[in-house]
Amino acid sequence: MAIRIRIAAPLRPLTGGRDEIQASGASVGEVLESLETLHPGFAANIFENGQIRRFFSFYLNGEDIRFLAGLHTPVSDGDVLSIIPAIAGARPST
Amino acid sequence: MLRIPEPLLLQVLAHCEDGYPAECCGAFLGRVRDGERAVEEAHPLTNVNRERPRDRYEADPRELLALERKARENALSVVGFYHSHPDHPERPSATDTERAWPGYSYLIVSVREGRATGWRSWVLEEDPRRFVEEPITGSAA
Repeated sequence: MAIRIRIAAPLRPLTGGRDEIQASGASVGEVLESLETLHPGFAANIFENGQIRRFFSFYLNGEDIRFLAGLHTPVSDGDVLSIIPAIAGARPST
Repeated sequence: MLRIPEPLLLQVLAHCEDGYPAECCGAFLGRVRDGERAVEEAHPLTNVNRERPRDRYEADPRELLALERKARENALSVVGFYHSHPDHPERPSATDTERAWPGYSYLIVSVREGRATGWRSWVLEEDPRRFVEEPITGSAA
């Protein structure tokens, strides 16, 4: 299954500056793993010990994959997977 | 460099003042040219940190997803973010640095007693990981 993956700015150096790439696989996890071949270093940035780093959210066709089947969520041709970095911070401690 | 038209900067400052004493945050849509981020739109984002909204912020990821979509539809990108430091200087905290991403501008607004008193923009450098201040200009490119 070929799907489109939308890449936020922090990850674009790993995709040659492209904001959208295509990849194949039967599930979200397979698709993401396949990216390592096409874009070395990509998987290392988003996985930690086989799990998605907590500072990323993944949306398949607008649905948070945590509320689907996570990395096991099946994908279909034409699906769109968006990778959203967590934006957070804090004011200085007093 | 962060290039932001004055009306948009004023919009950001007003949002940060209105939200005081909580931390406020938002995103910039625009274009990147020669390493310069030119802001064309500023959008408030909901701070979803419910436990410590006065000294922490966490932008609603669903709103950010919607903004990414809107940016794409208008041939723009998310080029940066802003957040306020209520009653603290407009310098990045250790947590800001820890949670930041390269490739974005981070505008920090100091709000004291409900008034925006200072604002500076920062970009993350890696190796070593640190924020470096970038100039802000309001003039057109």
